[in-house]
Amino acid sequence: MSDIKKIKDDYLGKLSCELNLDEVNQIKIELFGKNGLISNSFKELGSVQSEDRKKFASDLNFIKDELQEKINSKIQEIEINEINSKLKNEKIDVTLPERDINQGKIHPVSQVIDEISSIFSEIGFSVEEGPDVENQHYNFTALNTPDNHPARDMHDTFYLDDKKELLLRTHTSPVQVRTMLKSKPPFKIIAPGRTYRSDSDQTHSPMFHQVEGLHIDKDINMGHLKGCLNYFIKEFFEVDKIQMRFRPSHFPFTEPSAEVDIGYELKDGKIVIGEGDKWLEILGCGMVHPNVLKNVNVNPDKYQGYAFGIGIDRLGMLKYGINDLRAFFDTDYRWLNHFGFDPLDVPSNYRGLSR
Amino acid sequence: MKFTIAWLKEHLDTKYKDNKIIEKLTDVGLEVESFENVKSELDSFKVAKIINAKQHPNADRLRVCDVDIGEKETIKVVCGAPNAKKNLLTVYAGPGSIIPKNKMKITISKIRGVTSHGMLCSESELNLSNESEGITELKQAKYSDQIGKNFFQNDIEKVVDLSITPNRSDCLGVRGIARDLAAAGVGKFKKIQIKNIEKKGSQNIKVSISKDKNQGCTIFGSCLIKGVKNKESPKWLKDKIESLGQKPISAIVDITNYVMFDLNRPLHAYDADKIDKEIIVRNSKKGETFEALDNKKYKLDDNMCVISDKSGVLGLGGIIGGTRSGTEFNTKNILLEAAYFIPKSIRKTSKLLNINTDAKFRFERGIDPKSIEEGLTRAAMLINEICGGKISKFDIQNTKKYKKIKIKFKLSLFEKVTGFKIKDKEIIKILSNLGCEITKKKYELELKIPSWRPDITQPIDIVEEVVRIKGYNNIETLEPEKIRNKDTLNKQQKLFHFLQRSVASKGYYEAVTWSFTDSKINELFKECKNEVRIVNPISSDLNVLRNSILPNLVFYLKKNLDRGFKDISLFEIGPIFKGNQPGQQLTVIGAIKSGKINRLIWNEKDRLVDVFDAKKDAIQTLNEAGYDKNAFFIRDKSPSYYHPGKSGSIYLDKDDIEPVAYFGEIHPNIIKKLDINTEALVNFEIYLDHLKDNKIMLKDRKSKFEYSDYQKSERDFAFIVDKNIKAQDLIEIITSIDKNLIKSVKVFDVYEGENIPSDKKSIALNVTIQSSDKTLEEKDLERINNLIISTVENKSGAKIRS
Repeated sequence: MSDIKKIKDDYLGKLSCELNLDEVNQIKIELFGKNGLISNSFKELGSVQSEDRKKFASDLNFIKDELQEKINSKIQEIEINEINSKLKNEKIDVTLPERDINQGKIHPVSQVIDEISSIFSEIGFSVEEGPDVENQHYNFTALNTPDNHPARDMHDTFYLDDKKELLLRTHTSPVQVRTMLKSKPPFKIIAPGRTYRSDSDQTHSPMFHQVEGLHIDKDINMGHLKGCLNYFIKEFFEVDKIQMRFRPSHFPFTEPSAEVDIGYELKDGKIVIGEGDKWLEILGCGMVHPNVLKNVNVNPDKYQGYAFGIGIDRLGMLKYGINDLRAFFDTDYRWLNHFGFDPLDVPSNYRGLSR
Repeated sequence: MKFTIAWLKEHLDTKYKDNKIIEKLTDVGLEVESFENVKSELDSFKVAKIINAKQHPNADRLRVCDVDIGEKETIKVVCGAPNAKKNLLTVYAGPGSIIPKNKMKITISKIRGVTSHGMLCSESELNLSNESEGITELKQAKYSDQIGKNFFQNDIEKVVDLSITPNRSDCLGVRGIARDLAAAGVGKFKKIQIKNIEKKGSQNIKVSISKDKNQGCTIFGSCLIKGVKNKESPKWLKDKIESLGQKPISAIVDITNYVMFDLNRPLHAYDADKIDKEIIVRNSKKGETFEALDNKKYKLDDNMCVISDKSGVLGLGGIIGGTRSGTEFNTKNILLEAAYFIPKSIRKTSKLLNINTDAKFRFERGIDPKSIEEGLTRAAMLINEICGGKISKFDIQNTKKYKKIKIKFKLSLFEKVTGFKIKDKEIIKILSNLGCEITKKKYELELKIPSWRPDITQPIDIVEEVVRIKGYNNIETLEPEKIRNKDTLNKQQKLFHFLQRSVASKGYYEAVTWSFTDSKINELFKECKNEVRIVNPISSDLNVLRNSILPNLVFYLKKNLDRGFKDISLFEIGPIFKGNQPGQQLTVIGAIKSGKINRLIWNEKDRLVDVFDAKKDAIQTLNEAGYDKNAFFIRDKSPSYYHPGKSGSIYLDKDDIEPVAYFGEIHPNIIKKLDINTEALVNFEIYLDHLKDNKIMLKDRKSKFEYSDYQKSERDFAFIVDKNIKAQDLIEIITSIDKNLIKSVKVFDVYEGENIPSDKKSIALNVTIQSSDKTLEEKDLERINNLIISTVENKSGAKIRS
């Protein structure tokens, strides 16, 4: 008994010194190896007198556990120390650049179209589209702009044939015609898309984008038109209040027609929408002309409603402070990087237009 | 349409201030473009101060003066006047000025080797006095704080410039504008005071309107004024003509112009002595020519409405007169014309000949057919006042009687359209102020529309008239309801938006480029599609609709390379065109990538972009859009603008006829032709119209979750195969051996070269084998192993590499 007590004390003493892994393993062998002290003590168990045997066995087991425990914790301690000392040499410069980030961009026009769709979605409009190439009937005649109408001159049309039958649509309004022809009222659509006019300077480009709006039902009047546009402009520019002015104007396909100005002011050379005493023309609209409804087989005595057309590029310029329209289409990598949007910035109803 | 407020007030009795009038014009739909002073030629004469006057280095009698003209820096002017000395206040004429006395134009010029930026003027040169000795000396007291200001007071009134919409021809005359303003409550519309003019004798030049088909003239009124003395216009008339931004010509011409701008009644004056016997209004014959007042010779087509005499064409009716019968200062007898021409005819002729005149602009929009006598009277009276002469009786030929348009207007329509109510009495007042004759019935008005409003033809036009005069600010703002009965986007639109953002998320910048392109570049990408030419392109290098997205992408890629960028990823989603008919277009994504991956990344090795980058982006995009990547099938066929060996096409399914995408390198010949300098260039295209509607909704796309926890084994094989054997085929062969056991096949090495025959290659594959119902024993694995080897060898002629 005293033997094993002594073994215990000796080895606990040894194990509390600073040891390396080999030394601990050596101790382990000395104790628990084939001829280890503890192993041998167990072998002696048979020779112990029977009345002492139980106690001896119990003591021996206790000592064995205690030593084993100590060895394990020693090993762990050494391993941790080893890792810790290794870590001292594993210091890297984390200020070195990360691997390449693949950051793509969405064009401002696409972003604005998505914003517009999201806003009009909220008040029940759905999106329609039409072809870029139109015939003169859909682009003009069906829209109450017959061949001899001076308003045709204002469109600077690109033609695709000498007879001037085929053309690039000068506005998104032919989508109204196509939509109404293929279905029955009520209609509540917006139609964003490319439009073309042979005009090119600082504020005009031969291709630009428009969004058409059309709402036809039994009793849609100019008050609804005003309300819809007021709602849209407020939402789009993300302001609480908007100053809006409806001015009488003329479009062959609407009667009465209006042009809409919004109030703005200049702050530090930037346009701030919603306040101020300056006016900026942003869209044309009106009540769909009965002749147009007749042309698409809708009874103007039963149905009426409004239509509007807004320049998408211009909206984007105003909202995001872009000065030059032509830059939209110039594909300058620097410009796209600067004014482009993260593809994850999807404008939506519940998340809002902007982050 | 330009006019001054004073001119407006000749027709409108109003106490409104100028800015209120301007505001009201906008409110009634007459958009004010500007309201400002007209620039005068004399604006370039400034009060100036000589800061320094030095002797000219090369000329004894000249001086070089530093002159303060109110700008940041002084300018140098060479001057010969003996009185040009320091501190003198004088008058400076800038470059471009025209000296009133001798009409000489000042330019920046070198005088004996010294550059002079303008001139210092004498009183004589300015027509102020005869004093020509030395330059003008201005009084210190009066002018010392005026340096840089205009020397001549600009006494021309501010001019209003309106942008008149094409429906409002009546407002192309000042009187029409006054009428609108009066109706809107700005003041009282003045009655025209017409003095009785003495008309003696008949108009003895015979006038006839021939009965041609599509005759463009329906009324031709005229009178003779004999014994006139044409001259410069008096000041009041000159001022009016100048305020319109036009140059006075002679009293007779100025009067006809004045009446046109005042009453919107175009007129034409002929030198009666130059008319050969009679006036015939007829259709032209092809080949007829005449010289117009713009000094151009026009060759006419058939059926243009001309005013002619026995010798030929005098002018194009309602568009432009001719030089042969034009009035001049020595004209003695004139024939004054006031006619009505049909808008359609005017438009057709002027478009064909590409002529734009004030008269054409008005007739095209519709002139009051009942204004003929009024116009003749007004002009004849003025001519008589200014140039004298005896006025004949009026001769009025017409082929058609004009009746006023009648409209029955239901009073309730106003509120139905505008959403607000106004009293019937007010509606009646507005309409009558606008010139309508009104009979009120119980619920409706019977209206006779004034002849000067050809744009009002139906009840809705009446609504517009009333609401615009009443004011659009009366329309209520009705909040929209937030109800949605229909999906905002259809499936194709959703796909468009999804793919757009999916491609962008792979590092591509979205471009939006023209739908048209340069035919020379397009030619390289058009394949068998029809070229769609634009008849009137904006420039010769944007002359066709694009048959592919790539011409523009390649063009702009090159521009960005030229800007110094190397690693560029661009894409566009948009239309390409197959033909010139509506609907012959496809929606396509084109994406292009140049340069290197991992350029200048410190911990990665860089490499050139290659075909498999493009393929990965295409496949991942399609997969993200919900198409099953495992069903995709690749063929090595692609359009001819791709590198024939390094490109391919992607099919959603092996059995599909049309590919949904192409990927690869652009053909080296094209890169050479377009002179694109980049290390590597790859691209892909996705055809949205070929993508089958993915009918499986997201909620149904998730199948039952099945998995196996049994041991999986991986085995590697290396086969030596013919070079033309495709990896896709090997994978297909192996997978189809046992779809239950073979979970995946990966190609981890492809090798050609040493130890492999030159017509062969080695492909190394890693096959994962796993059963879903037991742990496979060694003998099962061995069996599969052998099966894989034997099947691949049999089906592809491969040999396992030992």
